[in-house]
This record gives sequence, C-alpha cells and structure tokens, in this order.
Amino acid sequence: MNAPAASGYNFAYLDEQTKRMIRRAILKAIAIPGYQVPFASREMPMPYGWGTGGVQVTASIIGEDDVLKVIDQGSDDTTNAVSIRKFFEKTTGVATTTATGEATIIQTRHRIPEAPLTEGQVLVYQVPIPEPLRFLEPRETETRTMHALEEYGLMHVKLYEDIARHGHIATSYDYPVMVAGRYLMDPSPTPKFDNPKMHRSAALQLFGAGREKRIYAIPPYTDVVSLDFEDHPFEVNRFDTPCALCGASGVYLDEVVLDDRGRRMFVCSDTDHCETRRADGHRGADGDATP
Amino acid sequence: MRDTKMADLSTPTSILSPGLPEAVREAQSVFRSLMMALARPGTVRRIAVPVQSPGNLSPAATAIALALCDFETPIWLDEDLSSDEAILRYLRFHTGAPVTPDRGKAHFAFVSSGTQMIDFDAFSPGTLEYPDRSATLVVPVDELEEGRGWRLTGPGIASESRLLAGPLHPGFVTALAENRLLFPRGIDVVFVSGDRIAALPRTTAVEV
Ligand SMILES: [Zn+2]
Repeated sequence: MNAPAASGYNFAYLDEQTKRMIRRAILKAIAIPGYQVPFASREMPMPYGWGTGGVQVTASIIGEDDVLKVIDQGSDDTTNAVSIRKFFEKTTGVATTTATGEATIIQTRHRIPEAPLTEGQVLVYQVPIPEPLRFLEPRETETRTMHALEEYGLMHVKLYEDIARHGHIATSYDYPVMVAGRYLMDPSPTPKFDNPKMHRSAALQLFGAGREKRIYAIPPYTDVVSLDFEDHPFEVNRFDTPCALCGASGVYLDEVVLDDRGRRMFVCSDTDHCETRRADGHRGADGDATP
Repeated sequence: MRDTKMADLSTPTSILSPGLPEAVREAQSVFRSLMMALARPGTVRRIAVPVQSPGNLSPAATAIALALCDFETPIWLDEDLSSDEAILRYLRFHTGAPVTPDRGKAHFAFVSSGTQMIDFDAFSPGTLEYPDRSATLVVPVDELEEGRGWRLTGPGIASESRLLAGPLHPGFVTALAENRLLFPRGIDVVFVSGDRIAALPRTTAVEV
C-alpha cells in the first residue's frame, strides 16, 4: 500500500475509485476549455467553503514527487492555507513550499502568484460558485442551455447596466472571461487584477467547486479574454503607490495595519513575491517595517 | 460487428497477467502523463509503469485502462481485440469495466491498429449540453515522435507543435478535422506506441 505509515488513509485521502472519477472529469475539462464538467463531489474532512473542490482536484492529481504550495489571498500563512497544506502533508507526505518557483502544484483560493508560472506547473483554484450566469439565471437547466447555445447576451447586459449606473464596470472580483473564444467562465473569487495572468499562461489551470460539484480547466497557452465593450475596455485595478516593503509596482496590494495607533501601509498581497524581492535587496518606503 | 463473447469465467484468475503492482502510485503516474499529454497536444510522454499487457493490447493502452477505467466506464474493443479472450478477461478482472459491443455507449474505445478505417461517427461526441459525455479513442501506432510531422495548433500549444503518428488510415486526418468541427462536442484521441503516449483533444487543429 502507498498510504503514509500509520495514517490509516489512502494516499491523498480519497479512495481510488473517487480519484479515477475525478481524473476522468479533469481530462474532459482540459479537452473542453472553460466547460464545467459535473462530478460526484465527496465529503472531505473540512467544511465546504474551505476549498473542498480544490482539495479534491489536488488530491486526484498529486504524486509523491510533487512539491505543493497553498495560498489564501496571496499568503501561505493564513488559517485556510495552513490547514490545507497540513492536510496534504499528513495524507501524502509530499514536500511543501512557499516559493512559487519551486512548486509543481499551487492551490489557491483567490490570487494568482505575481511571478509568471512555468510549463509543467499546475494551478488549482478553489471555487465557491462556478457558474458565471447563476446570479442572472438561477435554473441550472437554463444556464446549461445558454452555454450550449453560446447565448451570453444577458451577461453583456448586466455589465452594460454597471456602466450606465457607475460609469464603469463595477465588478472587481469574479470578473467573467471567455475561454478559447467559446465558453463564458467564472474565474472564482480571483480579483480581476489577476485575469490577464490567466491569458495564455504556461501553466495548466484547474478549477474545483466542491459544493456545486463542478470541475473546469484552462489548458496552457489558451486565450482568456475578460468581457468588455469597445467604448469601455477591460481595465485592471491600479494602485497609486508601490509596495511599502519591497517597492514593487504593478502588483496587487493589501492594506495592512501597522500598529495600534492605526498606522497603515500597502504591501504585496503575494507574500512570497514580496519576501523574494526583499531578499534580493529591494526596499520600499517602509522597507524596514514588520508587516 | 459480431457480439462480444463472454469471457470464460471458469478459468482460474491465477493465469492472468498482473495489473499495476503498486496501483495507487502507478495509477497517479499514468493519469498525470495522460493529463499533461492532453494539456500539451503533440508532446510525447512515457508511461513509466511496468505492465504485462495482455495479447495485442499495447503496454500504454493497458496502463490507461488500468488507471482510468472501472464499472462506470463501458469499454469498446474492435473485433481483433474483442476476439482475444485473454484481453477480455484481463480488462474485466483488473478494471471491472463492462466491455460493450455498442460503440455509442463506450467511454473508452481501444482499437488494434490505426491503419483500419475508424468510424469516428459511431462513438459518442456528447451533447451540446453535456459535451463531456463523449468517448476517448486509444489508437496504437508504430511511430510516435514529436518535433516533426503534422502541424498542430489550438489550446495547449504556444504557437504550433509537430507530431508524427503512424501508420494511419488515409481517412484518419479527415476524421480528425470533421471531429474538430463538432466542438464543443467531439471525441478525444490518444495515440499509444509501446510505453509512449501523445494526445489530440477535440480542440487541436491538425494540418498535414
Ligand atoms: Zn512587496
């Protein structure tokens, strides 16, 4: 048996029949980029909302030689990321890392790492609501027909109403994309800042929604285009200042509170990116502060 | 097509060649090779597990069946493969998958050679609502080499890739082109040669 000694679990927790079923779903997802493949989601020893879809995908692809990184927002150290990393350490014994460049599998809840991903890496997203049309049309039979007929007019109407109301498209997370020119896809709670990173990425991107029982995929080097209009082109959020710690600009920043007097600063959300830059000698305006 | 004969269940299983000796690890390894082959069409990968394949079934085809097929995935075999009791017994015993004479019901289809005319239309391409309810066709070839041959474009390919697979029936490339027009429906093709594999998902455009 390949189960880690004394754990009592099968390797990566899932039984082999479940893994085969999920693996077959992943293969179909890769062959039909952006299409949501139904699968028989299993109970995992963690609540829904803790990324059980992503965990099942990772458990089905991971092998002994993999190096796993888990992030929540951009950080490896939040409760969710730590508990998922520990789950896989316990059930597989694989090596884990916080360094993006060393990982072969990266499981994420929101962010895509700032450092460009490479061929052979797999990015696994934990998805709460996989259906981009769900808030416009609650009936599954209807949304399925809309995807079948490529009827995405409702989504354009919704975005255009945003423009009429706010002067711009207000959606800043979950911003819908077209995959390989065919399927409308929900990038999960990823900030739209990261949408361009999905476009023609060298990495394979897999999405797992546990409660909603869906798996979908973007193969490497696949077109991922954020919906927009000629007079209102897609734009990413911009940050006025560079990272206070490492001085990086053009990255996604989080506001952090520095002390109990309410002093704040903006720092890289991707903690590995920030630490790597600082180790390389880069310093921001508050470079010596402790976040 | 004649009906697939039932395997003789009175034969002791001890004469069967074994499945994957380290099933958990090796099934993952086979799947991962196939996953990356499908994600990067035209790349040739090695199935790095020891299998003693039955009869005329290639080691890579056998490994794919062992890693991915079970009671939920009807298998179709062409006449040459399905007339070999050793293959039928091996697949039934090691995968539990039903072997069906109905191509339209097959989740996985295995043929003995790519030089025969393969009727792609007989396999399920899924529906517009459920394009995942489609068949995967496993085709053995003598030559399988990346870097020369057909010009491939589509998802998973940076600009273009080249794949040489053969020998194949002259109608095979036409069938691939017609299959691609069905997108998002369609079947996915896996070439096997000894212990090597390459894949053409339904999205890949093939130019001779
Ligand atoms: Zn920084």
